[in-house]
Amino acid sequence: MRKWFKDGDPWIWMTGGAVALSLVMVYAVVWMTAAQGLVHWWPKPVAETTFIERDGKQIRLIGEVRKREEVSVIRLRESGYTLETEDKFTHRYLIKQGNRDITGIDFKWYPGPMLGEFAYPRNLIAVERREWGHLYGQLKAVKENGTVVAEGEAAWPALQERLSRSNALFKEILRIEKVDIGKVNYAMERLRLKERKLQLQSKLTAAESTEFAQQREQLAGEFSALQERIEKLRGEIARDSLVAEVMEGQQVNVPLANVADAIMPNDMNVLQKTGHYLVKFVEFIFDDPREANTEGGIFPAIFGTVLMVLLMAVMVTPLGIMAAIYMREYAKPGPLIRIIRISVNNLAGVPSIVYGVFGLGFFVYFLGHNIDQLFFPEALPAPVFGSPGILWASLTLALLTLPVVIVATEEGLSRVPRSIREGSLALGATKAETLWRTVLPIASPAMMTGLILAVARAAGEVAPLMLVGVVKLAPSLPLDGNFPFLHLERKFMHLGFHIYDVGFQSPNVEAARPLVYATALLLVIIIIVLNLFAIRLRNRMRERMKGLEGV
Amino acid sequence: MNQPTAQTHAFQMSDLGRTPMVPTDNYVLRVENLNLYYGAAKALNNINLQIPQNRVTAFIGPSGCGKSTLLRCFNRMNDLVEICRVDGKILLEDKNIYDKDVNVALLRRRIGMVFQKPNPFPKSIFENVAYGLRIMGVNEKATLDEAVEKSLRGAALWDEVKDRLDESGMSLSGGQQQRLVIARAIALEPEVLLLDEPASALDPIATSKIEELVDEMKEKYTIVIVTHNMQQAARISDYTAFMYMGDLIEFGETDTLFINPKEKRTSDYITGRFG
Repeated sequence: MRKWFKDGDPWIWMTGGAVALSLVMVYAVVWMTAAQGLVHWWPKPVAETTFIERDGKQIRLIGEVRKREEVSVIRLRESGYTLETEDKFTHRYLIKQGNRDITGIDFKWYPGPMLGEFAYPRNLIAVERREWGHLYGQLKAVKENGTVVAEGEAAWPALQERLSRSNALFKEILRIEKVDIGKVNYAMERLRLKERKLQLQSKLTAAESTEFAQQREQLAGEFSALQERIEKLRGEIARDSLVAEVMEGQQVNVPLANVADAIMPNDMNVLQKTGHYLVKFVEFIFDDPREANTEGGIFPAIFGTVLMVLLMAVMVTPLGIMAAIYMREYAKPGPLIRIIRISVNNLAGVPSIVYGVFGLGFFVYFLGHNIDQLFFPEALPAPVFGSPGILWASLTLALLTLPVVIVATEEGLSRVPRSIREGSLALGATKAETLWRTVLPIASPAMMTGLILAVARAAGEVAPLMLVGVVKLAPSLPLDGNFPFLHLERKFMHLGFHIYDVGFQSPNVEAARPLVYATALLLVIIIIVLNLFAIRLRNRMRERMKGLEGV
Repeated sequence: MNQPTAQTHAFQMSDLGRTPMVPTDNYVLRVENLNLYYGAAKALNNINLQIPQNRVTAFIGPSGCGKSTLLRCFNRMNDLVEICRVDGKILLEDKNIYDKDVNVALLRRRIGMVFQKPNPFPKSIFENVAYGLRIMGVNEKATLDEAVEKSLRGAALWDEVKDRLDESGMSLSGGQQQRLVIARAIALEPEVLLLDEPASALDPIATSKIEELVDEMKEKYTIVIVTHNMQQAARISDYTAFMYMGDLIEFGETDTLFINPKEKRTSDYITGRFG
């Protein structure tokens, strides 16, 4: 035994064990997030059963069975249920019954003994609505303009056909609203600002005034034309509706304009379910959110996160590298440079929310306000850059991650062999030329490392962002088709904040929980992808430096 | 240093295996009253010396005598050391290279240097040789191609690398790397080439290749070589300077210095009494 210790074997086990533990924890986090989140879009069977309420009345119950829990019989009796069992414990089921507009609550716990047998009739439908969440029931008929055009067996195929028509119409309406009307609105706003600017400078002539009025009229004309089109499309989309019988026996009329999707989960085989899953997953990534972020997709959050990280990288890289070059190459050794280095290292320890407060106070209120006064006087009193936006958010995070980039770059610069520098100088290069042509390329893998660490840190920070530019729901993306295309003053959505919002601020916690996991998984995946890209780039840089010691 | 082997006949010039050298009056570099200080310590003591043109001058002496320090004065590489201070003059064509208005980068193009350990850049062989030219602003492909080939031929490396100019310079062997570095230096067509123990990190075959190269190159360049290997100095140099503890003890034609040194310390060193 003592020999085993003396040989140094325990070290191997300890260090190997530490690595194994770290890996296990990382994989466990990703696996758990994935397992909890990815099941969300798999079509679950819809059950039909009976339930005896507290007052003895029996009702029909339709919904998805989500969870099963043990619960004590005494507690059930205390809450009013009459149970004739001798057991101490029994089960209760969490059933997603949907129909929030009728029942008032999506998810509800039902004690097991009061439920009947679970049946899974094939013709139960799950309808995903654009408002009020899911509806579960039996399809009775399809109506056109109020009159029944298909019922019974023929209802389902008719529904699918008309549903694809109404979805296409819906997409068209959405496109006109977002793109075409958006363009017109944007042009009108710019016109107004232009006119106001000239007014403020007292340079507005009568001729220009009439011209502006003309252009405004023209835009108003375009606007009403588009409005007309939308009205017409809305009329068309309102034509069809479906009739479903829900669990309490009533017949509910759901206009197809309000239906995003309708499936018969008990009737789908694995292939169909997989197909549906993939469609829904793609929607999750590319669609906009609905219903206070508890349904729909998270595309704006993905876009906002990636754009912000890219902007931050563009800002922090040159700043950090230049600072590091000065500190390492040009600064004379002495007390001043020591103080600078200590300050930079301490910056890394400042809590991120403090950066948020600083960003708000300095960037938004001071810098932004002054920029507005100088360059956008015509927009006042509405702030342009004087309010939180993606520019200030990226800048704040760039400050946050600056110490990391500086330290990594300094490291890289210090490891460039002296012989290389001397060789370059001996050939008649100046110090700056030596830096640019030889030293920096050799230090570039280290600079990439700094960038990777910066991205990893910044993508996870949520607290500072809440103060300087992130919102729960952004009306438009910071990048669109209207000049100048990149709107740095707009607020944006962010995956980290989205997780917080959906997890803690949503009215429907049970519905939102899988979405929280799914969003978290997506955030992790995006960071991993960004990092892999950067690591690949760094490896290619290292290849070129092969043979050089210390790189 | 080694004891010379016992001779069995009277010494003759041909024993050195070289053709005799023609003395010259043309001097490229003149060193006048040069004193060098590292902080408070004096490293070079009142050096006075002239480097003859188109000849090979060797600096020999025990470790720490200041030969590398003196060499590095010629292209002002000692400027890189903060605490180094230089007193005195070094004249290149009658202009003191330590004058305030001297452009050091231009100076270093006229006086090139090769270091002890080969230090090619982690770039391609072509880019290594073209480095100095690009610094000068030469970027046309045709010009660079021609200059690179000429330099590599001049360094006796062309035949070995002409098919792989795009490969990394670090992929060559030690001896090839040193020749690459020489090619890089002569691409700028300097007037003087400073070699700081260029073969000490190489194997004997590579060393002899370098020595052959030095012999060829002296037709076009003035060469100053620092070496701790006396036999090498005797083989390849035309003039030799013997230094000891920061002083220049003796300077003269190699044959004379080795066979008939004027100073006792010189003969003690050469015969191996100390080293």
